[in-house]
Amino acid sequence: MAKNDLIGASLWDEYSNKVTDRMNNPRHQGEIFEEDVKKRGNKLIVADFGAESCGDAVRLYWEVDPKTDIIVDSKFKSFGCGTAIASSDIMTELCVGKTVQEAVKITNIDVEMALRDDPDTPAVPAQKMHCSVMAYDVIKKAAGQYLNVDSESFEEEIIVCECARVSLKTIQEVIRLNDLKTVEEITDYTKAGGFCKSCIKPGGHEEKEYYLVDILADVRREMDEEKMKAAADASAAGEIKFEDMTLVQQIKAVDAVIDENVRQFLIMDGGNMEVIDIKPNDEYIDIYIRYLGACSGCASSSTGTLYAIETTLKEKLSSKIRVLPI
Amino acid sequence: MQVYLDNNATTMVAPEVVEAMNPFFTELYGNPNSLHKFGTATHPALSRAIDQVYTALNASDEDDIIFTSCATESNNWVLQSIYNDYIKNGEKDHIITSEVEHPSILSTCAWLEQQGVKVTYLPVNEEGRVEAHVVKSFITQKTALVSVMWASNETGVINPIKEIGEVCKEAGVLFHSDAVQAVGKIPVDLQDVHVDFVSMSAHKFHGPKGVGALFIKNSQPLSPLLHGGDQMSGRRSGTLNVPYIVGMGKAIEMATQNIEQTMASIRAKRDHLEDELLKLSDTFTVGKREHRTPNTILISVKGVEGEGMLWDLNNAGIGASTGSACASEDLEANSVMLAIGADSELAHTGIRLSLSRYTTDEEVEYVIEHFKKAVERLRAISSSFAKQAPTA
Repeated sequence: MAKNDLIGASLWDEYSNKVTDRMNNPRHQGEIFEEDVKKRGNKLIVADFGAESCGDAVRLYWEVDPKTDIIVDSKFKSFGCGTAIASSDIMTELCVGKTVQEAVKITNIDVEMALRDDPDTPAVPAQKMHCSVMAYDVIKKAAGQYLNVDSESFEEEIIVCECARVSLKTIQEVIRLNDLKTVEEITDYTKAGGFCKSCIKPGGHEEKEYYLVDILADVRREMDEEKMKAAADASAAGEIKFEDMTLVQQIKAVDAVIDENVRQFLIMDGGNMEVIDIKPNDEYIDIYIRYLGACSGCASSSTGTLYAIETTLKEKLSSKIRVLPI
Repeated sequence: MQVYLDNNATTMVAPEVVEAMNPFFTELYGNPNSLHKFGTATHPALSRAIDQVYTALNASDEDDIIFTSCATESNNWVLQSIYNDYIKNGEKDHIITSEVEHPSILSTCAWLEQQGVKVTYLPVNEEGRVEAHVVKSFITQKTALVSVMWASNETGVINPIKEIGEVCKEAGVLFHSDAVQAVGKIPVDLQDVHVDFVSMSAHKFHGPKGVGALFIKNSQPLSPLLHGGDQMSGRRSGTLNVPYIVGMGKAIEMATQNIEQTMASIRAKRDHLEDELLKLSDTFTVGKREHRTPNTILISVKGVEGEGMLWDLNNAGIGASTGSACASEDLEANSVMLAIGADSELAHTGIRLSLSRYTTDEEVEYVIEHFKKAVERLRAISSSFAKQAPTA
């Protein structure tokens, strides 16, 4: 909350020109009929996603050449708001010319990116992102049909939010893909938790097997672990920048440099030092140290010695380092 | 053409109202509480405004009508002070309201629940009305207040306030009604109906935004929400908003003088519009016309999502609204549609059109034409009207 939030959002003004244009004049709205497709020796796939009771429903039509698996034509029908129609329209366009196997790799991010006027400005406000997620889901459903993945297996997905029919897998993927950090963001992207709210956390009017708060915590923990593992691997391979290290890695790295280049000289003078803390501080990384033995109280500890320590660390680890004795 | 059919959200300020307000900004700008002439010079106009409001509502001189900043304040005042005066001390523990109230009631009740108050949210019947016998069945010895809106902002459906008032009177329970959508649209006679507290807001009847009132029957006790300089007999502190109070007086007078004639004229336009729109297949409107404020239509158009419809209407220069999904920032379906038990498939298809006494026949014809065009276009896109079935 701040100045920009004091009056209500002008939702429609945040749409890109492409979204507006596609809502006003969808290019690929319509149907593809079985008899026409048969005449051409192709295969028709028609998949539904969403429901009118949830406020959004889309039906995707693919005409697929069975020899090449290439989607030669695609159309859609949509019950929904402007962004739902615009997302559906651009989604069919992204499918045409691709093989089914390629099309299934189209994500909601691709759909939303294709609707942007410039690459750095989102095409729709966050609460409208679910429209592009739906486009992504309907493609997967159509691909499942074509590739003869047992439709049962789709229905047996673990549904976390019944109202919006959002699966555990979708929620996990959306958290990962978009680096979501709050339950509210999950709701914006997937609609999960936007209706009866039972799936947000225990204590709602319906008991659930999975709750968004737990899923979010689990995925975030996995993401952190992966990040740590990646940092450890990179560190082992000597490929990591000091700034990207975990705190423990940073402490180890600093100690190693001190051990190799500094400590012996301090000990020779009857002193020593220890690293107390490492904190990022805007453009600096502050390393707090404490002098021990003869070093504490030595005049040079705040001038020449300090300069030598800082220069060495800067040279070996990062130019952003500042050393602060306490 | 620009056509504003969202008069349940807010209205144009009547030019006569603006004219009545104008002197109180740069000429008669004194503080009514001051002893000098600058202050007292505002008193005749304030007295006149107070008379206009009392007359419009047929309030008795023993009643208090306290000016507030808006109906949200009036609603908060009643609920919070009933809690402070009757519930906090353990005397009572219960408030009854309905499922379809305005957020200024529902959110305040949710907050009261957090404070430990028991709140009953009454269901509405298939027409969207709260029934008096249902109110009666939930009243207990510990019920402190019944709060039921006079007319619905979403559907225009008018509740049987007189009957609910009788039920409350008989049970000895205080009765509040949020009359924001009733005052200025239909006759509101506060001596004919037994109601203890009534909230209203000027901008719903061609007055300015930022001024409302709370009617308190027989000046009965209700501790203040705003403490301060003891204006309005200490019931609501804060410097009197002279120009806005004057504007509210003028606006309520204009809205209620000849109200039967005005209602008949708006009703004729509304009914014509409704008749024409209902000629579209797979449409229905909520609430019997005789039970609705004469200016309101909530129409469901199968296969057309509400915000998509608003988009097309907006492109044609028409301002309407929907309580459903995407238009507001949350994802809830139209709560009234769900409350009246409409098919959940239709919960996102509601469009509210609300007329005013300034709506012209020409505007109505324009809306009929463009509403039909929008439905035609969006149904052509809609999955609900697709012919080819899914392949799996």
